Amino acid sequence: MTTLDFVMPSLGADMDSGTITSWMIKPGDEVARGDVVAVVETDKADIDIEIWNDGVVVDIVVPVGETVSVGTTLANIEVDAEPSATTPQPAATEPPPEPQPAGSTPQPPPPEPPTTRSESPASPPEPKTGWTAGSTAGADDRVAASPLARRLADERGVDLAAVAGTGPGGARLARDLPPAGRSEPGGTGTVDRPEQRAENGPGQRADDGAARMRKAIGELMARSKQEVPHYYLETTVDLEVALEWLQGYNATRPVDQRVLPAALILKATALALADHPEFNGHWIDGGFRPAPTVNLGVAISLRGGGVVAPAVHRAEELTVDELMAGLKDLVARTRSGRLRASEMTDSTVTVTSLGDRGVDVVHGVIYPPQVALLGIGRTAQRPAVVDGAVAVRRQVVITLAADHRASDGQRGARLLNTMSQLLQKPEEL
Amino acid sequence: MNQDQARTVVIDAIMSVAPDTAPSTIDPTEDVWYALDLDSMDQLNIMVAIGERTGVEIPEIDYPRLESIDQLTNYLTAIDA
Repeated sequence: MTTLDFVMPSLGADMDSGTITSWMIKPGDEVARGDVVAVVETDKADIDIEIWNDGVVVDIVVPVGETVSVGTTLANIEVDAEPSATTPQPAATEPPPEPQPAGSTPQPPPPEPPTTRSESPASPPEPKTGWTAGSTAGADDRVAASPLARRLADERGVDLAAVAGTGPGGARLARDLPPAGRSEPGGTGTVDRPEQRAENGPGQRADDGAARMRKAIGELMARSKQEVPHYYLETTVDLEVALEWLQGYNATRPVDQRVLPAALILKATALALADHPEFNGHWIDGGFRPAPTVNLGVAISLRGGGVVAPAVHRAEELTVDELMAGLKDLVARTRSGRLRASEMTDSTVTVTSLGDRGVDVVHGVIYPPQVALLGIGRTAQRPAVVDGAVAVRRQVVITLAADHRASDGQRGARLLNTMSQLLQKPEEL
Repeated sequence: MNQDQARTVVIDAIMSVAPDTAPSTIDPTEDVWYALDLDSMDQLNIMVAIGERTGVEIPEIDYPRLESIDQLTNYLTAIDA
């Protein structure tokens, strides 16, 4: 038996820290590989985090409401053995921890999930709460409160001494504070903002949350443009055959089983990537690591702003119906804010589309450490030459933004041509 | 189904997919998909919601002429579910 430090995972190349908003486990509980054990709030979304070991919970170190850096121990779990060799998060697909100083290179991920250590921590365990008066930097005679509660109290102009604390030893927690704009504190065990969700709609962030997401996306995109030598290719794909076929396919199905053209395009993308591995994987530590399967990141916009790109796993193996169901499910859970960590970190490539009323051509920015991003423009009727005569055809422009360290234009062109050819035989997708 | 019932169904279906919408602000004659930033997945979900509430499964071939709340409402009223 060994003690596992279950740490705050990195849920994206741009993530520094997260806040636990609820725990699904308590000391004494048994856990199994793949169980969701907590919900973490990041700048981008609330993410369900999973554990990849079997074991028993010893204790919870970081409580609800506390913001901690990636890598901080969240809980201690007694595990039976070394983690199994095949984890759902192969090392190659895990984004590097956030490199802070300019010019630092991303750390290579360890060969095992980073939550495992076979020896006990060398230093004595931290006090569980760390909220005793004076424990925070610069504190003198302050009341006991969690770091999150202190920050929120500052922001809202609340006097902590006047708030009744429900934490250990009467410490004030985030949940004890009257939320901004309300006269009564919430009393739930999780950092719950039902009033904000009701006002803003599911999946939307509070005002400062939207700003934080914007900042996180901006930093990631800036880093991508600074570090990744992008090249861009585009091709016009005739979709007439595929859309005709799809219309026939959908006409016989109930409305909730209908397949969107997007699902056909995603399947074609996944199959093409399986045949062109230099576009499916990650640039880590100066080299390209191809991924064994296509975990297709799908860029989904949030109502009210912001984008997340969770993965449809093993997309090349799914039928078109399964891919459509997976896509529907991802969109629903993205908008309601219930994505899983494995979906946030496992993408091997990303596809973005601005929709049917978007623009003709989408030139994207790669999400590091991926090496490619496919852009799907809107489907439009355009004049084209078919069999020597002008005809009206529905077309879409598909673009590839690719990392020139991992591939060349010649190969990129072949990828796009493969996608185009696959879309001429929709029944085989 | 009369006009009022049909309109309620349409608005409810839209709200279930875009809950941040204030129904009174929607111009019933404008392209609602564009106005509310709804993509093809949203449109499909709204059609599913309409199907659940009325039993009417609108065929895809009719989608192009169903762009505004008025058009959707008139369509459902005519189907007479």
